[in-house]
Amino acid sequence: MKLFENPFGIHEQAVSVRNKRMELIAANIANADTPHFKARDLDFKKILAASDPAPMAATNVRHFATGETENPSGLVYRVPYNSSVDGNTVEIAVEQAQYGQAAADYQATLQFLESRMSGIRKSLRGE
Amino acid sequence: MLKNVFGIAGTALNAQTIRMNTTASNLANAGAVSGTEEEAYRAKRPVFRALVEQADLNAGFNNLGGVKVNEIVDTIDPVRQVHDPGNPEANEDGFIWLSNVNEVTEMVEMVAASRSFQNNVEVVNTAKQLVMRTLDITKA
Repeated sequence: MKLFENPFGIHEQAVSVRNKRMELIAANIANADTPHFKARDLDFKKILAASDPAPMAATNVRHFATGETENPSGLVYRVPYNSSVDGNTVEIAVEQAQYGQAAADYQATLQFLESRMSGIRKSLRGE
Repeated sequence: MLKNVFGIAGTALNAQTIRMNTTASNLANAGAVSGTEEEAYRAKRPVFRALVEQADLNAGFNNLGGVKVNEIVDTIDPVRQVHDPGNPEANEDGFIWLSNVNEVTEMVEMVAASRSFQNNVEVVNTAKQLVMRTLDITKA
């Protein structure tokens, strides 16, 4: 670990992705009663694949694309379990569950950042 | 950052409040009578729209992803015509027109609005806790 070049590693970007996901789900919940609104979500795996500095490359015409580098923004539409008459695809129970999970993920990333922070502090103090 | 979550949930709280206000207005006017069919009270309904366009940003809404009340429409249910010559509002043939408000529908609408409101309050609460924890990182 390069402690002072990149002290927080991937968690620095992760916290902003987690944050973006919280925002999206909050927007879904806000629009639970909006006609024709389509719920959206972030695909963390796609964003992670897109941020890979050395992704699998198709170097030969006969290589298949992996598909992981497509849609690097990771924005996806949610597929509803039940469609509603007004064209709204927000299912409030699903969104609440996802929001809870997003909050837990955010806290996990915060935990990583905190432990990095205390590690740096300890090494500076020479404890 | 997370403050956008507050903004988005805030627009929803606002929209649901307007929905509750229209419901209150409908219930208050449920017994209104009128001397002509055109003037009879018709139940109002807000129509929501997502804030997703650049025009919304230009109009001063800085919470993309939020929601706003696009318009308030009258419901199309027919108003009831009643023969009541003793009513001071009655026309020359003795007819009055009652509102088309259905109290049961309005109660359902009120409960739905209040539940949606609560959902968004919960969103704000969770986001607030996360912001406080983020601020506490420096104490780690």
